[in-house]
Amino acid sequence: MEKLKSTLPNMFLSLMITCSASGIILAGASLYTSGPIAISKAAALEKAIKDVTPEFDNNPLEDSYKGVTADGDSLLIYPATKDGLPVGVAVDSYTKNGFSGEIKIIVGFDTEGTLVNYSVLQHAETPGLGSKMELWFRTDKNKQSVIGRSLANGNLSVTKDGGDVDAITASTITSRAFLNAVNRAYSAYKGTDSTTGATIKKGDNDE
Amino acid sequence: MEYILIFIAAVFVNNIVLSQFLGICPFLGVSRKVETAGGMSAAVTFVLTIATIVTFIVQKYVLDAFGLGFMQTITFILIIASLVQMLEIILKKVSPALYQALGVYLPLITTNCCVLGVAIMVIQKDYNLLQAVVYAISTAIGFSLALTIFAGIREQLSVTHVPEGMKGTPIALITAGLLAMAFMGFSGIV
Amino acid sequence: MNNIKILLNGIIRENPIFVLLLGMCPTLGTTSSAINGMGMGLATTFVLTCTNMAISALKNLIPNAVRIPAYVVIIATFVTPLQMFIEAFLPSLYQSLGLFIPLIVVNCIVLGRAEAFAGKHGVVPSGFDGLGTGLGFTLALTLLGATRELLGSGKVFNLTFMPEEYGSLIFVLAPGAFIALGFLIAIINKVRKV
Repeated sequence: MEKLKSTLPNMFLSLMITCSASGIILAGASLYTSGPIAISKAAALEKAIKDVTPEFDNNPLEDSYKGVTADGDSLLIYPATKDGLPVGVAVDSYTKNGFSGEIKIIVGFDTEGTLVNYSVLQHAETPGLGSKMELWFRTDKNKQSVIGRSLANGNLSVTKDGGDVDAITASTITSRAFLNAVNRAYSAYKGTDSTTGATIKKGDNDE
Repeated sequence: MEYILIFIAAVFVNNIVLSQFLGICPFLGVSRKVETAGGMSAAVTFVLTIATIVTFIVQKYVLDAFGLGFMQTITFILIIASLVQMLEIILKKVSPALYQALGVYLPLITTNCCVLGVAIMVIQKDYNLLQAVVYAISTAIGFSLALTIFAGIREQLSVTHVPEGMKGTPIALITAGLLAMAFMGFSGIV
Repeated sequence: MNNIKILLNGIIRENPIFVLLLGMCPTLGTTSSAINGMGMGLATTFVLTCTNMAISALKNLIPNAVRIPAYVVIIATFVTPLQMFIEAFLPSLYQSLGLFIPLIVVNCIVLGRAEAFAGKHGVVPSGFDGLGTGLGFTLALTLLGATRELLGSGKVFNLTFMPEEYGSLIFVLAPGAFIALGFLIAIINKVRKV
């Protein structure tokens, strides 16, 4: 077949056809993958919630509500219940005080306000320094670990600021930011205790 | 204040070339002389700013409005390519002097990933139009800064004695590494 | 035989990174670990092979004057679905590669091979050329990723080679990418001359 000449109708037609064909292919791919993408995102969140809360048998994603922190921000809270009784919550928290950018974590508390576990969802801290937070605050060494600590008697802070948590070596800023996110999570949880029914908005999980 | 923070972050802390690795090709390709580096910087600043504004508006009022988010990449790259072409034609007619200065660099910019990268990042960061413009200009300034410093160093480097195997690209890359290390000193100031 | 030659040419003699120095942005940006480098390399290989074959099949239908925009549209048509598939089925890879997946569109290797090879040759050789160049790219990225991971954290593909404390963090960070690639190219230049 001869190569098409570069005349105006030819150029116009071939570009139009290429573009519309590509549009159709993209639309098809987007339809096909949008389901799996939503499922894998929900599965990742569900796994994170499962990791940080005591065992539960409800669907925390469906029961999630917004809680207001002491500084007036609102965070998403996933309540965990077993046999209808509340066993704890997972709080989707974040802080902007990180060394570089936002740190997003999910923190789990039991009903007494004891920190069950945490998981770092997203951060941009320096690899090898601030990025150690994923392991550091769960390692049972000196006063590193925050797991099992109760926030009911006050906020957590690093030893440098008069608290009793050891900061990550050479990453005090990241450590402060991390604890800030934890404290915010707790204040959101306690600020809207489900028994008071304060600012509960059921099914508000479209974030 | 917010805009100053965006500016400092984009120029120094998250420098587009030295910490985000976008626009490396022109960074290595046209950095042999300070003069050509200046021309490339001006062309990139020009295209980057205009392209970000246009892609931002198209994203908000066309793609988002009609639920065509999956067409983002293809739309943006076509917008950038046609913008570059249009700029070339307009410059040729309106300001032959400027065309003389920037002309050769313009076609190269279509495949400069920092233009597409910034257009996508602005959408991901959920900026408003003014923030987007400030971010685009700051990024371009960061690119120009890195490129000009690097070109200055390479001019000096060309008259020094470099070991045989390291001549050309290897020593340029290592120099860029040292420059990136210097820029790391800025991290944490925002 | 001929096709094998085209394949090997892309991997070794005209390796896009070490010899032609094309596509530097993903090379430096995604190689903080061997597995990320390999993921990026394979994604690019897929796009390269598909676009090369598509462009060579359609080359007679595309007038010369508009070939570049048409090529870009074809490339983007393969990149965006790939991005969606990675997001759907390999979410952790999607997170670590991030912005660099849509940026395959402006990777100069892809457009370069379309212009230099696929626009002039048949479908089968073009496919082999894409595959060869892509594998050469993957090889380079994996090698660089492995080097940086080994020097930075003592591990490659999660196999520990030396204690983490001996690693030099700088190689995982931005400056290390430039420096490690500089030395790798210097070594390869030396080897090629012998």
